[in-house]
Amino acid sequence: MKITMKLALSLLAPLVAGLLSGCERPPIDTVQTGYRGTGMEQIYNPRTLLKQASLNQAPAPADAAAADGPKASQVYQNVQVLGDLSVSQFNRHMASITQWVAPDVGCAYCHNTENFADDGKYTKVVARRMIQMTQRVNQDWKAHVAETGVTCYTCHRGNHIPTNVWFAPKDRKYANSAMGDLAGQNLASKEVGLTSLPFDPFTPYLKDAAPIRVNGNEAMAGVGAYANRASLKQTEHTYSLMVHMSESLGVNCTYCHNTRNFQSWAESRPQRVTAWHGIRMARDLNNDYMGPLTDKFPVERLGPKGDVAKVNCNTCHQGAYKPLYGAAMAKDYPELQALVKP
Amino acid sequence: MAQYQNLFTSVQPVGPTHHGVDLPRGDDKRTGTPFLVHLLGRIGNAQIGPVYLGSLGVASLVFGMAAFNIIGFNMLASVDWNPIQLIRQLFWLALEPPAPAYGLGIPPLAQGGWWLIVGFMLTVSILLWWARTYRRARQLGLGTHVAWAFAAAIWLYLVCGLFRPIMMGSWSEAVPFGIFPHLDWVSALSLRYGNLFYNPFHALSIVFLYGSVLLFAMHGATILAVSRYGGEREIEQIVDRGTASERAALFWRWTMGFNATMESIHRWAWWFAVLCPLVGGIGILLTGTVVDNWYLWSVKHHVVPAYPLGNPVVLDPAILGAKP
Repeated sequence: MKITMKLALSLLAPLVAGLLSGCERPPIDTVQTGYRGTGMEQIYNPRTLLKQASLNQAPAPADAAAADGPKASQVYQNVQVLGDLSVSQFNRHMASITQWVAPDVGCAYCHNTENFADDGKYTKVVARRMIQMTQRVNQDWKAHVAETGVTCYTCHRGNHIPTNVWFAPKDRKYANSAMGDLAGQNLASKEVGLTSLPFDPFTPYLKDAAPIRVNGNEAMAGVGAYANRASLKQTEHTYSLMVHMSESLGVNCTYCHNTRNFQSWAESRPQRVTAWHGIRMARDLNNDYMGPLTDKFPVERLGPKGDVAKVNCNTCHQGAYKPLYGAAMAKDYPELQALVKP
Repeated sequence: MAQYQNLFTSVQPVGPTHHGVDLPRGDDKRTGTPFLVHLLGRIGNAQIGPVYLGSLGVASLVFGMAAFNIIGFNMLASVDWNPIQLIRQLFWLALEPPAPAYGLGIPPLAQGGWWLIVGFMLTVSILLWWARTYRRARQLGLGTHVAWAFAAAIWLYLVCGLFRPIMMGSWSEAVPFGIFPHLDWVSALSLRYGNLFYNPFHALSIVFLYGSVLLFAMHGATILAVSRYGGEREIEQIVDRGTASERAALFWRWTMGFNATMESIHRWAWWFAVLCPLVGGIGILLTGTVVDNWYLWSVKHHVVPAYPLGNPVVLDPAILGAKP
């Protein structure tokens, strides 16, 4: 008897331990964000948050430079953006961008050090366009970035290429065979939180403008033209985009939605409006800025299908509900606030 | 004296193995020589076999194994025939139904054709197994309660994989064959049709599911508790109510004023278990075919509580003509 009990326990103990290893240990913080009883709350693991917080710190701004003196465009050649800055402001910006994007390589990452005006390196051409993209975000996408704004660092964080970008996924090796169709899903995919949901929610929603909404506004199923024809597969795509957003921002569904009625705007939090604009912003940046740069990049920088690296929510957010936890970094770089005519 | 009050069966009465009662004329022979396994005896009967396969059993297994293998090979193909990835990602992999564009048509093999074939084979296999449970019960001189309980589960399976997709006009609405993917299907169904928690048949199904669990716990506990008086001989106690039965009944009458009987408790259990998939299936069948949004349906029927909205009320940016 005793031996059997011991045997059962020794079998059970590792099983229980194994099951528990998938859990996060308490205490977990719960923050109520809506009316009581509606389940509108955010769940935070303070230990994860602590780790996250140290990874999402904004660097100290560079010392302000004098605005007087000759303009950069008068002194340097081939200055197509930021030419209105004074020479010292311009140099401050160049020093900052080096710290943000290529601290390991320095000026030579973009510039031909023999001739700084030379456009021979693709990185310089791309960087110029990226400065314009940053200006566009700060000027025209205030609905998403508000007055906080963005800088190169918001995405780059000291890396040549932001750590979280997306490409159209590569086909599996035997994609043309008669067996094993993935239907765009059913693999453990990091982009959608290790679910088996569609692993590329980006092409339809952050590049193309496929309809995201699947819920109808009528209780009963309509007929003919009144029918809501959104399919379950379409719903899974929407779901996978939402999981991506949730993972990128480190928040639950209830950060934006009231989960008893996902579709209702009146019951949603204002954050959902910000997110709505964010989806459109990512789409705009991918189509107007990243897409046209495709042939500027060398082949090894392109994705498996030859497409350029593109942005999604995680490119800026990197696990934080606001990139860099809302650090107002852009205010120290007014040259990034508005698009300037070249 | 032997005690039955334990978490597992500590007493194993072991006698000579037996083949069971004689079968009627026309039945096959049972296959296999029965043998004893002590460890299995701790959770059930120590005697394993003989098995009655018969034509229905063999046919069911053939169709079932074919379906199982087609699913497995499609999963293996989907990870480029890499057996390590098959094991690693087994819970993620699936055989998906065709895309919505194919409607109820027959798609190419690679785009859902396999799914249709597997769906057919699995359904045939399950129906043959049902016929087997029915015929075996009859041949043993039993009632057909097990077959009808199984039929309740088959009803839910057919609603999800056959009846509802046909009514919706698209195979794509059906359930994928895969562990996580079929769970994602469940979530997607709820998300698409306005929260299944507001589907009253879903609610009823949960009542019977949790109710079954509660009844099972109450019954199991009661019988174990009175086994010291021979309470585990339930069938005898039905016709000849002994002190075990009396004490069990008295316990529940004392604690909650009412008690089931040795016989009726099994009817309670059977109906709760059977009604769980039965009403659940009705709920799924109505989803998308009759009701498009269960939340709005519940608002219409005044069963949704209203909570104060935020201030200012959030408005849909799409109808505000937001740029772009």
